[in-house]
Amino acid sequence: MSSDAIGSATKARNSFAHVEAAGWGQGLSTLLRITRMNLRHPWQVTFAIGSTIIAATLQLTIPQLLGRAVDQTQTAIGGGAEGAAAESALLISALLLLTVSILRGLFTMTQNYYAEAVGHHIGYELRLACYEKIQRLSFSFHDRVHSGDLITIGMLDLEGVRMYFSTALVRVVLLTMLIGIGAYLLISTDPVLGLLALSFVPFVGWRSSVTRLKLRATWLELQERLSVLTRVMEENLGGIRVVRAFAAQAHEMMKFDRASKSALELAHERVGIRVRNTSAMTFSFFLAMGLVLLVGGNKVVAGEISVGTLATFLTFMTILQMPVRQLGMMVNAFARASTCGSRLFGLLDLDIAVKDAPDAKPLDITDGTLRFNNVSFAYPGAQDRQVLKNVSFEARKGETVGIVGPPGSGKSTIAHLIPRFYDVTGGAITLDGQDIRKATLASLRQSVAVVQQDAFLFTTTIENNIAYGDPWAKERRIARASEFAQLHNYVLGLPAGYGTVVGERGVSLSGGQRQRLTIARTMMLKPSVIVFDDSTAAIDAATESRIRTAMRRFAKDRVTIVIAHRLSSLMHADQILFVEGGEIVERGTHEELLAKGGRYRALYDLQVRPGEEMLDEAGGGG
Amino acid sequence: MAPDGAGEIEVERNEVRDGGRRPPRAVVGSHRIEEEMFGRVFDKNIVKRIWAFVRPYRARVIISVAAVLIFTATQLVIPLIIRYAIDNGMAPGEIDHPALLYSVAAFALAILINYAASYIQETVVGQMAENVLFDIRRAMFGHLQKVSLSFMDKTEVGRLMSRLQGDVNSMQEFLETSVLSVGDIVLLFGIVFVMLWLDFRLGLLTLSVMPILFIVRIFWLPRAREAFMAAHETNSVANGALAEAIHGVRAVQSMDRQQVNFTLYDDKAAANLKTHLTAAKYAQVMVPIVDSLTGLAMAFVIVVGGSMVLNGGLDVGIMVAFLFYIQRFFDPIRSLTLQYSVMQRAMASGKRLTDVLDVRIDVKDKPGAKVLSPDMDGSVEFKDVTFGYDPKQPVLKDVSFRVNPGETVALVGPTGSGKSSAMALVHRFYDVQKGEVLVGGHDVRDLTQESLGRQVAMVLQEPFLFTGTVFENIRYHKADATRDQVIEAARAVGAHDFIMSLDGGYDAILGERGGNLSLGQRQLISFARALVADAKILVLDEATANIDSYTEMLIQKALIRLLQGRTGLVIAHRLATIRGADRIIVLQNGQVIETGNHDQLMAKGGLYSKLYNLNYASFDDIPEAELEASAQSGSQT
Ligand SMILES: Nc1ncnc2c1ncn2[C@@H]1O[C@H](COP(=O)(O)OP(=O)(O)OP(=O)(O)O)[C@@H](O)[C@H]1O
Ligand SMILES: Nc1ncnc2c1ncn2[C@@H]1O[C@H](COP(=O)(O)OP(=O)(O)OP(=O)(O)O)[C@@H](O)[C@H]1O
Ligand SMILES: [Mg+2]
Ligand SMILES: [Mg+2]
Repeated sequence: MSSDAIGSATKARNSFAHVEAAGWGQGLSTLLRITRMNLRHPWQVTFAIGSTIIAATLQLTIPQLLGRAVDQTQTAIGGGAEGAAAESALLISALLLLTVSILRGLFTMTQNYYAEAVGHHIGYELRLACYEKIQRLSFSFHDRVHSGDLITIGMLDLEGVRMYFSTALVRVVLLTMLIGIGAYLLISTDPVLGLLALSFVPFVGWRSSVTRLKLRATWLELQERLSVLTRVMEENLGGIRVVRAFAAQAHEMMKFDRASKSALELAHERVGIRVRNTSAMTFSFFLAMGLVLLVGGNKVVAGEISVGTLATFLTFMTILQMPVRQLGMMVNAFARASTCGSRLFGLLDLDIAVKDAPDAKPLDITDGTLRFNNVSFAYPGAQDRQVLKNVSFEARKGETVGIVGPPGSGKSTIAHLIPRFYDVTGGAITLDGQDIRKATLASLRQSVAVVQQDAFLFTTTIENNIAYGDPWAKERRIARASEFAQLHNYVLGLPAGYGTVVGERGVSLSGGQRQRLTIARTMMLKPSVIVFDDSTAAIDAATESRIRTAMRRFAKDRVTIVIAHRLSSLMHADQILFVEGGEIVERGTHEELLAKGGRYRALYDLQVRPGEEMLDEAGGGG
Repeated sequence: MAPDGAGEIEVERNEVRDGGRRPPRAVVGSHRIEEEMFGRVFDKNIVKRIWAFVRPYRARVIISVAAVLIFTATQLVIPLIIRYAIDNGMAPGEIDHPALLYSVAAFALAILINYAASYIQETVVGQMAENVLFDIRRAMFGHLQKVSLSFMDKTEVGRLMSRLQGDVNSMQEFLETSVLSVGDIVLLFGIVFVMLWLDFRLGLLTLSVMPILFIVRIFWLPRAREAFMAAHETNSVANGALAEAIHGVRAVQSMDRQQVNFTLYDDKAAANLKTHLTAAKYAQVMVPIVDSLTGLAMAFVIVVGGSMVLNGGLDVGIMVAFLFYIQRFFDPIRSLTLQYSVMQRAMASGKRLTDVLDVRIDVKDKPGAKVLSPDMDGSVEFKDVTFGYDPKQPVLKDVSFRVNPGETVALVGPTGSGKSSAMALVHRFYDVQKGEVLVGGHDVRDLTQESLGRQVAMVLQEPFLFTGTVFENIRYHKADATRDQVIEAARAVGAHDFIMSLDGGYDAILGERGGNLSLGQRQLISFARALVADAKILVLDEATANIDSYTEMLIQKALIRLLQGRTGLVIAHRLATIRGADRIIVLQNGQVIETGNHDQLMAKGGLYSKLYNLNYASFDDIPEAELEASAQSGSQT
């Protein structure tokens, strides 16, 4: 079972986050793009790179100075008369060394600080871009992509991109500088020894490019597997009541173990690749050092070079030791930035399905008449399944439209189309004659409010939740809205009143309380069209009828659409639509529909006639 | 209701609308500061707890520490070899070729050992850190499966996820680097030792710069700690806000809050930027200090050591070795400085991890708890049950009722009256404060939770589906359920037809929380899931609230056969739903106020009959007095 669960969870993964391990091409363009982003902070980048160059140059003079000092002690050994002169020469070398060290420290500090600063600024920009994009992407996107994956992108992938400048780019400059200038200096001092000292460079270069590709592929796959693990954990915690209700802990642990194990295996592999790489690089480095020692030693013996020169060579190599070890990390950082970047940019570059048309104008509402004109619709995720077919109706200001129908008939879909959570695939919806696709989204959503069927509450106080759509609202207005939804008395009875914090998805409220909070929240808006999508299902009849009484005032100057299964909720509507299979199969007032004796009538009978006979009767007929 | 309610709402809205100001009542993300305030670098208890996870890998720890020591030793030896080569192999004039060859051979050996040690150490440490990380995560996840629901109610999923991921990851970073730190510390002492051994005076002189470093650190530490903590905190604040935006995106869009939220988030992201820049400053300010001290130490060696060489008091090779060591000496100091912030982060994370692991399991099996056998009679009894989520505010007060084997009993009552809570007690999601709940004649506290769970199947008020296929969702944990059983259950709840119309039928993949289905369809699937569980007792909490009466009636018909011999507990607001019930229990304000069958209750003319009438009568006809009467129950729970 579990293997299926994981398998299908993997299959279900969103296609956009899954970036093909396309090798150089794709990776490079991502890296270029991150680099371009970095360049948008020209001053900080200049400081960082400039300091890197200076610091590297200073660092390279240290071996020279050390070599010089060693030589100074050597030359003096022979003749004692030169002792004093040699000592003052040593003093000068020492002072120079001290100065160079201090300067190097200062420039390294500047280099690191600005490198990090660039990263943090980019992180900041990307955070905002990500947040805004996620907020704006339309429902169809969020239907398709698991929230856990978005969190991974917004937190982990963003980190990978942010670190690129300091862990990858600056290090490249540093290494190129150290190795480049070093190569020049060494080769000009002694070509043979110089070439030997640098013999590890080609090997390291080759290893890094091979490893970068391998690591990139592993990173991609690991991210995917971790996403599955995240999903397993997140759904388990979100659905913990279901898990408990079925005593399915063992089953859930099994699911977890499977996802966890597959990620762990890959994590081990990644460690292996990384370590093999770093160790091989370090080894080749030491090998070069050994060669320098052997050949250099012979040269000293042969009198071709001084001990000081050899010391210079060896010191130079110790300076390189740290960066060479870091090379492994640098390669890892490149691989990480290019994978993370691909995923992040994949998100940021997405086209928003529902957005303002180029010539969009704010809605101009006068009469407030809502019209559905032959509306057809299929969800983007299942395009061959027509969910709505030729739905047409009209509602004027002050009118109430009731919608009933079996599960999955398309009632909520109708509600979702009015504020353009999705765009119709055929026909048009107009408000006062203006096609809603020609209006700005902001103005439309301010004019249309939907009390959603399964509402999300925010983890904050009741007061903030009610005022969510109008955070400037005064307390009195919040209390009004809550009275309206028959919530006020309950809230006042709580120890912290309106300051009570309610949990995510409102777990600490009863089903009906949550629905009433959602209604109150919607009452705060000032819509021309308000839709109640089955929003009183968990509320008892008495409370509901009080809400409805309160609603009557509110409904006077707007269009109200009530979707409900309890017929008493909508029997007073001016028009009742019976929806089935995405089509309006019956329409009329309560009385008309009763007289008609169709499906609506059957529902009515089921709800008002008590007793067993209904079951028998329907059983005989259906 | 005040007569002018709606009008007033609108007038005020226009009064207070002010685009320029920050909204007074808006926040993004929910963040509790108190959790982040753990700034210690070392805490014995936490280290002990983490060690418990490392213990199983003792052997590997020993291997890797040994490898680190060998690695460090080779690091120490290499300059010595060079020194030997310079002093003996290439002293001008006296040609001693073998010494040079020996040293090169020794060097080769040293680098081979160095290579092997670093390979072993990094692989072992890296993989062990990954293992420990997964173990910790598993332990936490396993623990969360057992902690009481009252903890889970209070804690957001996002917060737990950040424990399971972010905090676990910083532990990993810590584990990986801490073995390296062992190497660093050993290297530090090794270098000190070798320098003193090579030349005691010069060694002391070199070490004399160290106190400066300690003095600087005394001033640096408290400030840096604060800066690092602030950075860590603003980061989790910003991440929390992002998580909220992701989960609540539909609500955000439908209330058009994007602009406000963006501004608020910008504040948090900007604060995060600022604290990180400050932290970077503190981290980097140590660099020039350490570098200057390196320079100073080298200058000492050149001046003092150089003149000693001049006077013939010191071999030039020793001086070169000193210069090497000084450069190597400050590397571990530098990385230990970096290690500091890692340590601190790890301790803070460790604290939060152990907090999760330490959450008390309030509801747990008694020692010697009985297994509820599937042959039990299926009766449910509440005896004087008093229960409250907060013991001071009881939600159920002295509730007593009995459901006989095979009976179907309905629970009705105003919203918030405690119906769902009562059902949660049957399943022992919570423990009662007073009285007892009996299932099959046993107090639920005497039974194993596992066996109780297998005999009580629930359809929860809020349908929750998992990512995966329809088939997997209906079968859920019953791995042995066949496809036919699944299809039968789906048919019984009238879900078969729409499932077949999905792309892939029973193998169609559901989105997050079943988002690509309508709410009613989700409810049907969760209903089918409860049927497949094949339990003796079936609890339906508003299982058909989002389903039309006709479909509901078809379900009821199908259920008659499926529920034969099972006990049913049904909660519903739509009273037509419960017409098949043998008995009806009316709850109000957490108390049972009426029981009886439909006719008895209608005859009694109490709350039930009022609710019933409201269900179909025109609300215009309801006398105000009646509304008032039920008002007391409706909203004051
Ligand atoms: N997890 C929880 N933590 C704290 N309080 C809770 C929790 N769940 C419910 N409550 C409170 O307990 C009371 C009873 O809630 P319960 O869910 O049992 O009501 P209900 O009868 O099922 O109502 P509804 O018909 O609206 O679902 C309510 O006041 C509710 O706010
Ligand atoms: N996000 C989605 N992606 C793909 N298909 C969807 C999506 N949401 C709903 N559907 C499908 O569209 C159809 C209509 O769903 P809708 O939510 O409009 O039904 P409904 O009438 O509101 O039902 P209910 O009474 O159960 O709430 C259903 O078959 C459903 O499976
Ligand atoms: Mg719906
Ligand atoms: Mg309930």
